[in-house]
Amino acid sequence: MNEDRRSIVEDRGGFAFLALLAAAAILVPVLNRAVPAGSPLHLSTYALTLIGKYMCYAMLALAVDLIWGYCGILSLGHAAFFSLGGYAMGMYLMRQIGPRGVYGDPVLPDFMVFLNWKSLPWFWLGFDRFWFALAMMALVPALLALIFGWLAFRSRVTGVYLSIMTQALSYALMLAFFRNDMGFGGNNGFTDFKDLLGFDLHEDGTRVALVSATAVALALSFLACRAIVASRAGRVIRAIRDAESRTRFLGYRVESYKLWIFIFSAVIAGAAGALYVPQVGIINPSEFAPINSIEVVIWVAVGGRGTLYGAAAGAVLVNYAKTFFTGALPEVWLYALGALFVLVTLFLPRGLMGLVPAGVRAE
Amino acid sequence: MNARNRDRLAAPVRPDAWQTMLEAATGSANTPVLTLLDGKTLYLDKLTVSFDGFKALDALTLDVEPGELRCIIGPNGAGKTTMMDVITGKTRPDYGSAWFGRAINLLALTEPEIAQAGIGRKFQKPTVFEYLTVFENLELALSGPKSFWITLLSRLTAAQREHIDEVLEVIGLTSHYRVLARTLSHGQKQWLEIGMLLMQQPELLLVDEPVAGMTPQETERTAQLLLSLAGKHSVIVVEHDMDFVRSIARRVTVLHEGRVLAEGNMDQVQNDPRVIEVYLGE
Repeated sequence: MNEDRRSIVEDRGGFAFLALLAAAAILVPVLNRAVPAGSPLHLSTYALTLIGKYMCYAMLALAVDLIWGYCGILSLGHAAFFSLGGYAMGMYLMRQIGPRGVYGDPVLPDFMVFLNWKSLPWFWLGFDRFWFALAMMALVPALLALIFGWLAFRSRVTGVYLSIMTQALSYALMLAFFRNDMGFGGNNGFTDFKDLLGFDLHEDGTRVALVSATAVALALSFLACRAIVASRAGRVIRAIRDAESRTRFLGYRVESYKLWIFIFSAVIAGAAGALYVPQVGIINPSEFAPINSIEVVIWVAVGGRGTLYGAAAGAVLVNYAKTFFTGALPEVWLYALGALFVLVTLFLPRGLMGLVPAGVRAE
Repeated sequence: MNARNRDRLAAPVRPDAWQTMLEAATGSANTPVLTLLDGKTLYLDKLTVSFDGFKALDALTLDVEPGELRCIIGPNGAGKTTMMDVITGKTRPDYGSAWFGRAINLLALTEPEIAQAGIGRKFQKPTVFEYLTVFENLELALSGPKSFWITLLSRLTAAQREHIDEVLEVIGLTSHYRVLARTLSHGQKQWLEIGMLLMQQPELLLVDEPVAGMTPQETERTAQLLLSLAGKHSVIVVEHDMDFVRSIARRVTVLHEGRVLAEGNMDQVQNDPRVIEVYLGE
């Protein structure tokens, strides 16, 4: 009780989470750069990329926990916001390639030359500047969340209907991005990135910096979400989750609360996608796939809803399992994932965080 | 216009509420005879509501004095709930008028505007926020600005905190303020909900069957609570439990088939032959 109102030092789970992120931000560069390659403590490029990727997923899980665990809106479309952030970053990275592309066109990315396009479409303008791309990574997901949320929440679409609509939204975007004439590289998406802000993306130095940046972004997102849920608005949001019409009756404009939280959640998801793309080196329409959004919900359910760090832990654990299974027993993974969700729902309604004794969790 | 009503008009309301409230204040076509209204908190005049030909309210006329504790009794279908629905704006009457004080025409306001104007309603079934603490439940019910950005950035002021503490005291849950509402007993939940109404500092409280399902001790405490509220607020209680009504009522109104059948103190009402006939059958 009153867990959210405690300062971060008293909140052991949150404090441990931040300490872990600080350790990742510092240790990853040290273990990769300073420890010689032969040493058992050396962190390989593969391992550090994996860590960076997991932290991006953790950010996405955080975004879903905020909207689902605290506000009760089960979004099955957060992969859309993640992908849009990723595409915005991808567009910047594509423009950075410049004349180094296969066709050597100074402005047009390879796929446009291939399609015989003569000039850059209007929506690609400005993406050669990092600040502009950075703004778009937040604004594009925010705008989509604003339009979708405004329409959906104002019409009081809730529950499973809303979930289906978010799923449809993500699916529609996937189909749209598959089309070549959309101007986003069709089913190949963007890849073959060269550098980010002048740093070579294939250098380990750039990669560890990206991992550290992701750890910092994850920590900041966590603190921002925590500040929201600890505020009076956070209590209103939980009230909406538990008894929406009663909250409306008390004079709160439920739609506007949902809309702001949805937009904020979309921005975090977009930022996660933007950090993800330079680390994995590719973005294509399959990132919009419905299964991706559903997986995020499973991470959050496994970790434990309504704790924030639980969602992040769930994302890392499930993805670690996925990395292991898809390597060792690829055909088993989807069944394992489904079984995991069923088991967690049946036996661990509060997720893995429900296993942590209450004495450690609170006070 | 008395000082109280002027205050109410000056209270923060949504911009579009001004229009209707000003219309109400200046009086529209069906302004009742003002002398009748002087000093009344609530004045219902010839309210008629019919559902598919069935008259739920049939020219119901009723008034409530400031600070009065009024009990409304009557058999099922007498129109008690419909009357509450009209007062809170949930149901619109076919005919008649409903005034809150002299200046506010209830029939011109929406449900939230009526709540904001100072009428609080407690429903039969307790609907507290189960996963919030008692304190947080009361905090949610605070009056004042309720936009997302304000609640996101503002903290409770000392005065607001004090107000919550006062209400905790009144409803007798001071020692439970950190407890999740879901762990409260049925009676405690009902008190918490009354507390949530009090947070909005209503002038008129409508309380629907407060003691249904309560233990005798809880019933007794509820009686004390409602009696302590009378004087500061006008309270209308709808209740079936006759012993409870006898323990709190000074003035009782008996409704029957959408009309006032009898009104007076408990003894007068109970000895009224018409009331006996309605309650005991022909």
